[in-house]
Amino acid sequence: MAAACITASGTARNKPEYHTHQEFKLMYGMLFSIRSFISKMSPLDMKDGFLAFQTSRYKLHYYETPTGIKLVMNTDLGVPNCRDTLQQIYSTLYVEYIVKNPLCVLGESLQSDLFSSKLDSFIRALPFFSVRAA
Amino acid sequence: MAIFSVYVVNKAGGLIYQYDNYVPRAEVEKTFSFPLDLVLKIYDEKLVVSFGQRDGIRVGHAVLSINGVDVNGKYTAEGKDILEYLKDPANYPVSIKFGRPRLSSNEKLMLASMFHSLFAIGSQLSPEVGSSGIEMLETDVFKLHCFQTLTGLFFFSLILFDQNLKSALEIAEKAGTFGPGS
Repeated sequence: MAAACITASGTARNKPEYHTHQEFKLMYGMLFSIRSFISKMSPLDMKDGFLAFQTSRYKLHYYETPTGIKLVMNTDLGVPNCRDTLQQIYSTLYVEYIVKNPLCVLGESLQSDLFSSKLDSFIRALPFFSVRAA
Repeated sequence: MAIFSVYVVNKAGGLIYQYDNYVPRAEVEKTFSFPLDLVLKIYDEKLVVSFGQRDGIRVGHAVLSINGVDVNGKYTAEGKDILEYLKDPANYPVSIKFGRPRLSSNEKLMLASMFHSLFAIGSQLSPEVGSSGIEMLETDVFKLHCFQTLTGLFFFSLILFDQNLKSALEIAEKAGTFGPGS
């Protein structure tokens, strides 16, 4: 199976090196393994599947559309379940500015500047987005 | 919330202890007539429903017993191949029980090691420096909590969400606090 990360943007990242291909492959492999892990482990039938995981420093939220588009958001630990936010990003931003755009080839790297700027302003408008004072 | 199971994994990723708390799994037994309208396939040495979800029998459920007798993987207890058995119209009507397959001990060993690696990758993917591995993993059915000791042992436990508990908490919240007047 092939996976391509079509867009990645970050606002508060403390690591020196930025998004690399290695990270994308690692993330995809991790998400695929987590999904197969929970489908085996789960004692009852699942409806939504994997929602989020957290470590001591960050929380990773996950949402997969029925078409196979996976949305991942890394946040602070204080953020509650934001599956609805990811669903909103998909329906109001991805569908509107990428799927309906005849110039954007689906499945390829997202080139739309409009999408990037709309996504950025959407994220900044979220109630749990706040720039902490140093 | 019920603790479903506890796994203890050593530093190398091998499962060293496992505890299961019994949770009744949803099992559906139905009588079928020829031809069978479910599509079954062999997956991981078990016979699993791949198409034809209906009446509580979902995709992913495995064949647990035929005519009341527990099956052994893809063979019946007598050693007959189940798919061949189900192709013969003389064997119908047949009563088959479907449900979520239980994990064999081999599968538990594999899953524990898999989680050990996922834990390590979780710390590598971190956008922040110096993150630990996965401490909590949440799905819509259960939560998995993990704790790593200083010596490198892992303890992780699956906790089921109890629907009744959730609604009870909501009702308690709405009822308000009990002040000195009540």
